Amino acid sequence: MITIKELSDDNLFTAGHTACPGCGVAMSIRNAIRVLGKDAAVYVPASCAVVFGTTFPYGAWKVPFFHTAFENTGACLTGMQAAFEKKGKQVISVGFAGDGGTYDIGLQSMSGAAERNEDVLYICLDNEAYMNTGIQRSGGTPFGAWTTTTPVGTKIQGNRRFKKNLGDIVAAHEIPYYATLSIGHPLDFIRKVEKAKNIRGFRFLHMFTPCIPGWKMDPAKTVEVTKRAVESGMWTLYEVENGEKKITYKPGKMKSVKDYLMMQGRFRHMSEEDIKKLQMWVCRKWNLHYKEKGAPQICEIAPPEEHHAVTEEHREMHGP
Amino acid sequence: MNPETSPNSPRTHQQPKKVITGDHAVAIGAKLCRVDVVPAYPITPQTLIIEHIADFVSDGELDAKFLTMESEHSVMSAAAAASASGARVFTATSSQGLAFMHEMLYATAPLRLPVVMANASRTLGGPPGIWCEYNDSMGARDSGWLQLYVEDNQEALDMVIQCFRIAEDKRVLLPVMPCLDGFVLTHTVEPVEVPEQEEVDLFLPAYIPDITLDPARPSMIGTFMPAEYIMELRRQTAGAMESAKKAIGEINDEFARRFGRNYGGLIDTYRMEDAEIALITMGTVTSTSRDVVDELRREGRKVGLVKLRFFRPFPSEELRKVLSGVSAVGVFDRSISFQGGGQSYNEVRSALFGMTIPIINHLAGLGGRDVTREQIMKMFEITLKAAKGEKVNLVNWHNTRGETL
Repeated sequence: MITIKELSDDNLFTAGHTACPGCGVAMSIRNAIRVLGKDAAVYVPASCAVVFGTTFPYGAWKVPFFHTAFENTGACLTGMQAAFEKKGKQVISVGFAGDGGTYDIGLQSMSGAAERNEDVLYICLDNEAYMNTGIQRSGGTPFGAWTTTTPVGTKIQGNRRFKKNLGDIVAAHEIPYYATLSIGHPLDFIRKVEKAKNIRGFRFLHMFTPCIPGWKMDPAKTVEVTKRAVESGMWTLYEVENGEKKITYKPGKMKSVKDYLMMQGRFRHMSEEDIKKLQMWVCRKWNLHYKEKGAPQICEIAPPEEHHAVTEEHREMHGP
Repeated sequence: MNPETSPNSPRTHQQPKKVITGDHAVAIGAKLCRVDVVPAYPITPQTLIIEHIADFVSDGELDAKFLTMESEHSVMSAAAAASASGARVFTATSSQGLAFMHEMLYATAPLRLPVVMANASRTLGGPPGIWCEYNDSMGARDSGWLQLYVEDNQEALDMVIQCFRIAEDKRVLLPVMPCLDGFVLTHTVEPVEVPEQEEVDLFLPAYIPDITLDPARPSMIGTFMPAEYIMELRRQTAGAMESAKKAIGEINDEFARRFGRNYGGLIDTYRMEDAEIALITMGTVTSTSRDVVDELRREGRKVGLVKLRFFRPFPSEELRKVLSGVSAVGVFDRSISFQGGGQSYNEVRSALFGMTIPIINHLAGLGGRDVTREQIMKMFEITLKAAKGEKVNLVNWHNTRGETL
């Protein structure tokens, strides 16, 4: 396995791009492409990454770059890879799509490519809202979060739905490799990108990428926020290889979700009741991820009956 | 094919003939072009095209990547991406499918990706229907795609071959959409001469693009374009469309020399030499109209026919030239733009601006309704009246119930 020391300093996504300081997307792209190397060809759908990385006449990419629209990352990767294969070229076709471009508008195209098991690498940069258009809610937005389309009003405060479980949707396509990553965990990050690079078939890397203006947070805290997300259970690090799920990092003692929420302005309005609701959701997720079969509930923050209660309430609100 | 403009065949041997549908002819055309990548999605009445291509690939007759996409939007996305990656790309669609991929049509043309896509002309709902109308492709006329309408299955096959030559011509580098009438051609068999592979190979060399997504020579295609630069790009696309006129003519002539079939280029004409009035037609209605012209000529009436082959680029100069001696023009339209007649009528009026002759619109066959000899006869009658200075409606709905306003 490649180590950090062995990683090339020949940046294929160069300095000089115009992303915000602390941008999780830019960090993830830069480090992913360093591992993937110069035999990659990149597709980026409509997103901040097109604007900050390719505004003509400047360009940050030293590997081939293609962009056309928003909802078609899976399809464009399919077309690129088909052409490369037909022409006998060894190229890794890589897509960098946002959560809007993957959870929502691009879900069909991604699903098509996954179902056909196209030999491409799909990377979802999940910053939990439509950031390029100015912070609107997506299917990846967590419960309670403020966005411009889930404002904090007198009647309704923030997003009322829980984050869509994209990992299970992607893994259900029975693809060779799905993994979640965080730039707060660089060794795990590098290992997973390298692994995805060397597997054939449809690989999906799901990267957790803080957005400074969208999350209303300190640009110096990008790495810390991702770490706290993992320590609290809001983000979990795992991989699914040929149907086998494996936790790749397990936090020691579960941290309160509040620790994570309070670092970000988008959650600062949340009522105690809403925080509790989210905590219950996280506890359930924590148990699903980290609890071994037959073992008692392990979430230390809320007793098991409360996990059950939130599940029941969720069912009542949204059906089974 | 117009016997008037067809030169004697220079060929030394007869090409084999097959009795096939228009869709089959298109698929054979694509196979003869040795296409690299075919992203596909079914839609009536185009589906036979991709079915035939799937057969070719599965039987080893065509060495191509056949991609069973999950929507037309993804078809055109994959087509654009494969073309940008250096592949010769063919696909086919129709109606709702063309509408669904509309966004991606606007990516392929300005990015100068020479994709060829057959469109089986079909009504774009609602209300839904599956028969021939041009309101599907007309909505794409400003996307930067070249667009042409064929008259028979032979022309469908031949034009797929010519389309790749035109699209990949360095003066053009734009995608091309040959349209064939849904069911009238797509599902109707006709005898078609199938060119030999070796002859097509000589006519259509391998596609070698200057810029592709190649890690050995990295380039960025489709970058974010601020206002300071985008107008020049639009102007270049417009220039390419203009250059296509010359390329289309030259490629038509070379095709005629090699294969013995001359389609006339941007337009074709029939008995126009001393015509006093003319009817402009598109697609299969042209064939019926030739018969009507013959019949009227036998009665001593000097009528002629102009077959509008290419709608983009629009042959304004050619029309002005060929119509310079007539005293009235009828324009057939198989779709309506909901503002004073059909799209063809409006384009012809623009093209003939300054000429003082009456230009009369004849709407017929929308939604796939048959366009009969009687209706075409009526089109000529109304146009003749206009030529004599009699008052007629500018826009005429033929064989249509209800009032014409």
